[in-house]
Amino acid sequence: MKLSREEVLHIARLARIDLTEEEITRYSEQLSNLLENFEVLQQVDTTDVPPTAQSVDLQSIMREDGVAPSLPADDILANAPRREGDCFRVRAVFE
Amino acid sequence: MGMQVTIHEASRLLREKQISSVELTKGYLERINQVEPKVRAMVTVTDEVALEQARRADESIAAGNGSPLTGIPIAIKDVICTRGVRTTCSAKMLENFVPPYDATVMEKLNADGAVMVGKANMDEFAMGSSTENSALFPTHNPWDLGRVPGGSSGGSAVAVAAGEAVAALGSDTGGSIRQPAGFCSVVGLKPTYGRVSRYGLVAFASSLDQIGPLSQDVTDCAIIMNAIAGHDKRDSTSIPEPVPDYTKCLKADLKGMRLGVPKEYYVEGMQPEVAEAMKAAHKKLEELGAVLEETSLPSTPYALAVYYIIAPSEASANLARYDGVKYGYSYAGDSMWESLEKTRGNGFGPEVKRRIMLGTYALSAGYYDAWYVKAQRVRTLIRREFDAAFEKYDALITPTSPTVPFKIGEKTDDPLAMYLSDVCTLPINIAGVPGISVPAGFADGLPIGMQIIGKHFGEETLLRIAYAYEQATEWHKRRVEV
Repeated sequence: MKLSREEVLHIARLARIDLTEEEITRYSEQLSNLLENFEVLQQVDTTDVPPTAQSVDLQSIMREDGVAPSLPADDILANAPRREGDCFRVRAVFE
Repeated sequence: MGMQVTIHEASRLLREKQISSVELTKGYLERINQVEPKVRAMVTVTDEVALEQARRADESIAAGNGSPLTGIPIAIKDVICTRGVRTTCSAKMLENFVPPYDATVMEKLNADGAVMVGKANMDEFAMGSSTENSALFPTHNPWDLGRVPGGSSGGSAVAVAAGEAVAALGSDTGGSIRQPAGFCSVVGLKPTYGRVSRYGLVAFASSLDQIGPLSQDVTDCAIIMNAIAGHDKRDSTSIPEPVPDYTKCLKADLKGMRLGVPKEYYVEGMQPEVAEAMKAAHKKLEELGAVLEETSLPSTPYALAVYYIIAPSEASANLARYDGVKYGYSYAGDSMWESLEKTRGNGFGPEVKRRIMLGTYALSAGYYDAWYVKAQRVRTLIRREFDAAFEKYDALITPTSPTVPFKIGEKTDDPLAMYLSDVCTLPINIAGVPGISVPAGFADGLPIGMQIIGKHFGEETLLRIAYAYEQATEWHKRRVEV
């Protein structure tokens, strides 16, 4: 299990993380080493074993739809890096 | 001042008017000032909030009201949202984030009149085992300042051990309450998944995360559980089960208790002093009336791989929200993609990026079944083995960590070595069962923790065993000089 430079760049792109050259090299080594260790899982016989997504037996929790106050817009926008009126300001999505 | 009292002691002093909460709180704030330059457990000291809460607590006590937590100085891990008080997750990404709401556990503590003295340091986004991954600064173990306090709730554990707070809240995804509790010689409980609301806990791995107490003794742990446990309609994974009075189960004998000792937790590579301390602890539990028996949980060796696929996968999804738009660090690039990728590249630290990358890989097209679904299937096997063990035993006894606290810097270059320090605590989160760490000895002055594992909603049994063991030993009374 060896992750190539291209694979690391592909993962970084999927995760939307800009990596430095030094990080690309380091993560390529470290992730390869970790995945090699995790390959032990392939030895385990899991025929007919269903996957567990969470550990308690709760399913599809529903509640009545009700009207309740939400937080004031100003409180939410107080943390915005860039704000315009009652909106978050972002870079153009379509050029 | 040097006052170090438990919740139940302080609560009695407050009710008997031997001390006021303002006096008590000032004492703890003074202690924080004194020891903080050495241990660095706090990201934010909330002295103004604390004194205001203490004044209100005194009024409430004077009026004959209040709970066992009224007026008690407590530290909160900086991953739990506190309205109007900066909540950083010890991350550059959230360095200036001020939550507009309180976590459910904070609403509960506030309603009980608790006093928040500070927000405690942690590994960035709770990812780590030593608090060295804090993007702000590392925390030092008060038992040896050159060593780590464990993690990720290292600041919370140190705050309690060094007398900066009477107790603390932490969070535990793979051992983050229990392992630092063991490393600092305090009590730490990870409740059953769903027992405590996660609303307002900054998400790391949502199927594994739980909030829980760190305290000086088992009675205090039970008092905090009484305050924070329970169903919350804002957390759809919290369980609608009634909350018992956890202080009622504290009995000093273990007659008739059946305890399993899973051999896979007593592994090669375990420090000999830890093995010896565990042997002595087993003997003590037998003297208290318990019957101990060796047992086996054969899938245990796979827990590390299962955890480090599932937790990073969930983290990669949870941490997708940090986009530099709504809150947090934001890089102003020329385009949307550049802004997003540089925000995340600059804003996350090395371990967080490593885990997001690992999780993204395990979830990516072509690898999803081989890694993520495979890990989920093995998770089922691990869970079944715990279920089977609890048909035979009331609880399982293991060390909390295979070693005593390691040196600062010792494992930072080797992710796998670091991950292995959680090898005894990870399986518990995978199965969703509760686990508690209690002080169980020292090796050359460095703490050793014993972990007690119970079945789903078995907290009362865990607390009873922990209490009986504590009453029969002196470890929890040993105070550290800072």
